[in-house]
Amino acid sequence: MDMTPHFPIYLDYSSTNPCDDRVVDAMIPWLREHFGNPASRSHAWGWEAEEAVEKARVQVADLIGADPREIVWTSGATESNNLAIKGAAQFYKTKGKHLITVKTEHKAVLDTMRELERQGFEVTYLDVQEDGLLDLNKLKDAIRPDTSLISVMHVNNEIGVIQDIVAIGNMCREKGIIFHVDAAQSTGKVDINLAELPVDLMSLASHKTYGPKGIGALYVRRKPRVRLEAQMHGGGHERGMRSGTLPTHQCVGMGEAFRIAKLEMAQDIAKAKHLSQRLLNGLKDIEQVFINGHLTQRVPHNLNISFNYVEGESLIMGIKGLAVSSGSACTSASLEPSYVLRALGRSDELAHSSLRMTVGRYSTEEEIDFAISTIRLNVSKLRDLSPLWDMYKEGIDISTIQWAAH
Amino acid sequence: MAYSEKVIDHYENPRNVGSFEKGDDSIGTGMVGAPACGDVMKLQIKVNPVTGIIEDARFKTYGCGSAIASSSLVTEWVKGKTLDEAASLKNSEIAQELALPPVKIHCSILAEDAIKAAVDDYKKKHTH
Repeated sequence: MDMTPHFPIYLDYSSTNPCDDRVVDAMIPWLREHFGNPASRSHAWGWEAEEAVEKARVQVADLIGADPREIVWTSGATESNNLAIKGAAQFYKTKGKHLITVKTEHKAVLDTMRELERQGFEVTYLDVQEDGLLDLNKLKDAIRPDTSLISVMHVNNEIGVIQDIVAIGNMCREKGIIFHVDAAQSTGKVDINLAELPVDLMSLASHKTYGPKGIGALYVRRKPRVRLEAQMHGGGHERGMRSGTLPTHQCVGMGEAFRIAKLEMAQDIAKAKHLSQRLLNGLKDIEQVFINGHLTQRVPHNLNISFNYVEGESLIMGIKGLAVSSGSACTSASLEPSYVLRALGRSDELAHSSLRMTVGRYSTEEEIDFAISTIRLNVSKLRDLSPLWDMYKEGIDISTIQWAAH
Repeated sequence: MAYSEKVIDHYENPRNVGSFEKGDDSIGTGMVGAPACGDVMKLQIKVNPVTGIIEDARFKTYGCGSAIASSSLVTEWVKGKTLDEAASLKNSEIAQELALPPVKIHCSILAEDAIKAAVDDYKKKHTH
């Protein structure tokens, strides 16, 4: 690999990953000469495409300890979340119309839940603890006789904490509730073995595991069998659960990406641990620095830090050699800071002051060292500009000040 | 989001950063915004008690690049102006000068509020 750091240095792996070269190479033939429709049963073009798609399905299933027949191709984790939650809620609505999820879920889950509320379902959105983890007693208390589905993400996209899906799943099993897990952020990062995990539905993404964008999958358990109402109607592909011609090259890409992830997971994790620890070591002695999310119950490649009294967007503007993301509202079109950080009970200014840095397969020590020096320089520069920093230094508690809202 | 060259210039080379000595009678201070909203601006003016002209200005801002640029620009603009001239500065002029996109207009409004607050503070000190 080319060892020169490319600018801006990519520290946003939780947003998306570059496609692995081996994945791209595996995909190309299925865009060029092998163009057949995998659903064409009447000629060799279709047969070879179907074979490629089925091989990829096995590769995806292998990474998560599933049976290939439990894998349904989708366009990505957002679609998987929609299909799982709407599909199961609608299929089992005679059992009950109460659903439970968590406030720190991805919008693809939260917005799907909102839509179901409009369709007459009732949804409980649970708070998390200060460390980002779900309080299992609160979950237990929220369960009602008419609860039909619980959806909890495996790894949080912003703060990287890992929820205890074994305990939650066991609780669901006991009560006969369908359990959906959004695992978009966890494949290749955390061991997943669905042969043992008490999970009924699991959403998977390709592009966060070094595969191409535009493809994902939904795991749908066969034993005991979970049923879904289709959300996409048409030619009855994917056993009627998701119609639409399969994109052979995309399926092959995701399959290859998952094959590599299974093979190289141990070294990927070791590298991520080493680099994020190096990053943390380089930053932790800065005054008024806070790590967001549980310190150990998290994926190693995620470091979400708040630099108090420094606004996140201005920091991102300063560290322009780095591609990172912020929980500050200013980086998005909304005026609210990250709802995930707010759900941890972080003050607004700490939520506005956060950076999410996520490392990955192609990150290097040189890049981390550059990141440390530019962050330190800019935090100090922006604190010199910050009236809140002055007040902190003078011993004024800014939470006691009556601020004029605007 | 792409920033205009002027915003980047003010962000990278902010003008008149700092604070004046406390307890100086010729100083007016305005502090506006709120940490919860992601921006707080502190703007100070130093006024010549004889002529009533603003001779110097300082700022400190916690906020995005556009908020920093808006307050930096305002410290340049108010110098040499009378209190009433300074207080009549419009946010639209700031937004236009910095080519702020619609989502950042509130930064220019905050800068206008800051200068008005500083002028008010000075006037309050000098009406007794």
